[in-house]
Amino acid sequence: MTTNSNDFELREAPETQLSILGKIWQDRMGRIGLLMTVSVFTISIIGPMIWPFDPAAVGADASSILQPPNSQNWLGTDELGRDVFSQFLQGSRVSLLVGVTATIIATVIGAGIGISSGYFMGRLDTVLMAITDFFLVVPSLPLMIAMGSIFGQNLTVIILIIGVLSWPRNARIIRSQTLSLRERKFVPRAKSLGATDLRIIRKHMIPHVLPLVVANTILVVAGAILAEATLAFIGLGDPDRISWGSMLHFAFASGAIGRGAWWYFMPPGLGILAIVLAFTLLGHSFDRINNPRLRDAA
Amino acid sequence: MNSVAPILDVNNLTVEYQVKTKGKRGVRIARAVDGVSLKIRPGETLAVVGESGSGKTSIANAIMRLIEPTSGSIMLDGKELTKLAGKELRLARSKFQMIFQDPFESLDPRRTVLDTILESLVVAGIGIDDAEKRKLALEALEKVGLIPAENVGARYTYQLSGGQRQRVAIAAAMILKPHLLVADEPVSMLDVSLRAGILRLMRELSRELQIATLFITHDLSLAWMYADRIAVVYSGRIVEEGHPADLISFPQHPYTKALVSVIPVPEKNIARNRIILSGEIPDPLEIPSGCRFSPRCPKYRALGQPELCISSDPKLESIGDQFVACHFPEKKETK
Repeated sequence: MTTNSNDFELREAPETQLSILGKIWQDRMGRIGLLMTVSVFTISIIGPMIWPFDPAAVGADASSILQPPNSQNWLGTDELGRDVFSQFLQGSRVSLLVGVTATIIATVIGAGIGISSGYFMGRLDTVLMAITDFFLVVPSLPLMIAMGSIFGQNLTVIILIIGVLSWPRNARIIRSQTLSLRERKFVPRAKSLGATDLRIIRKHMIPHVLPLVVANTILVVAGAILAEATLAFIGLGDPDRISWGSMLHFAFASGAIGRGAWWYFMPPGLGILAIVLAFTLLGHSFDRINNPRLRDAA
Repeated sequence: MNSVAPILDVNNLTVEYQVKTKGKRGVRIARAVDGVSLKIRPGETLAVVGESGSGKTSIANAIMRLIEPTSGSIMLDGKELTKLAGKELRLARSKFQMIFQDPFESLDPRRTVLDTILESLVVAGIGIDDAEKRKLALEALEKVGLIPAENVGARYTYQLSGGQRQRVAIAAAMILKPHLLVADEPVSMLDVSLRAGILRLMRELSRELQIATLFITHDLSLAWMYADRIAVVYSGRIVEEGHPADLISFPQHPYTKALVSVIPVPEKNIARNRIILSGEIPDPLEIPSGCRFSPRCPKYRALGQPELCISSDPKLESIGDQFVACHFPEKKETK
């Protein structure tokens, strides 16, 4: 029954594949981004172990207010005599928490809408894309401010608001990828075997769009962190949680900026800059690795 | 031969596409398949031959229910496929399987060979447990000559050559023991040296399992070699149908005659009249009135452009063992 076994020798596997982290490490921007991201995560995880003071503990008397850096308070104190260094460590946790969870929400919504829109097409696509376009063009900051003041200032609400407003770009990109994917012949082949739509999406669509989703996700993290900082800065943050944004808010509100208390506003400002830069570098590096057309342009 | 009931019985199949017209409002209808009827018996291979744009792939896709036929009936094992929908259709699909033209596109590159075969079993619900499914899948790989099966099965499909991939596709289809196999240009993307092996494999398996094969090709000589019957399609319609030997040695439709005249022959110095057709296959948006082949038909011109050819659409009628759709078919005695 058997026919001649080897038409050719089995093709050799392509050269040993670097893991995705290995590829990012080889990219200069990616390496910087990766190092920065890892350090921010490390700081926020070990923060409570190393902070010298309770970030919320106010100073004992007037002499401890807005002190410049000294041997006890490495980054000085704020207008209530709280230790800035401890607050800085504490603040990184909120930024990361908001960044990551809001992104997960945005990714789930974006990927869900993108894939169903691109796969099923037709009327569903029209409706979903109309909704997407609405969220895409609506100015998100004013909407966040409005929603923040309506739904109250706590971290869960902030995360939900940012998550719910950050998915449209994801949805668009994933939809276009899905549209081109469904024209590949392995999709009708799976269909002709009798596979359900759900199975085709799970087994043949998601594995192919996943790299794109991850690349986008990293960039969304940067945006979400920035959005949280913005909300906190204008006073819509969670008052019970110290974040880099709220530190800036209080530094501004207490007049520390006017009084040149650089140790108060510089650390959170640079922290936000660093964390956003880190995720952006990482995201772009990931994008280049996945998209050969960008690889050569770098 | 005629005593056995056909497995596939297609009647008056029509496939139309709606084409949005630029500028103007509304849609126009492109008729890709126009009233095609065909029957295939168990173990028999019917080749559908046509040039690109003739609608042959639309015929295949409509029978596979990958596109919706506009009208007509498709009976498989006496069941009407066009009436099935949703879950019923999905469950029926294992009985009609397809081999796609491009094995580089039809297998998901992110899955292994074994996963690809297993998917057929999982979807069709064959095999009691994972161990049995795996055993069946490995057997299927061996059967299509991918040996050692364990070794090949662990590879990703993108690591295989075109011929090997097509064998994987054949294994994935045949493991379901379909009653009908639709092969859409199964070897056209492969190296010429590999074609015979793939075709031999398909023939062996379809003989063994008594599968009816619908073989779509643009290559008349391939159909001649491979098929039990040939149907020549032109502009969405069968213009001539018959046994390969009869059809090749004595084509009765001018279009078939032209196709046959350009089949390469190995003998040198054989005087041949190659008929080179001018023009292109008609736009399915504007199928000519009367006989759709008349604008390109050498005979129509030779006969002085008879009125009949542009006023009346010829029907497929039997002449001896052959079926021809022409008002002025070639006659035996005139040869």
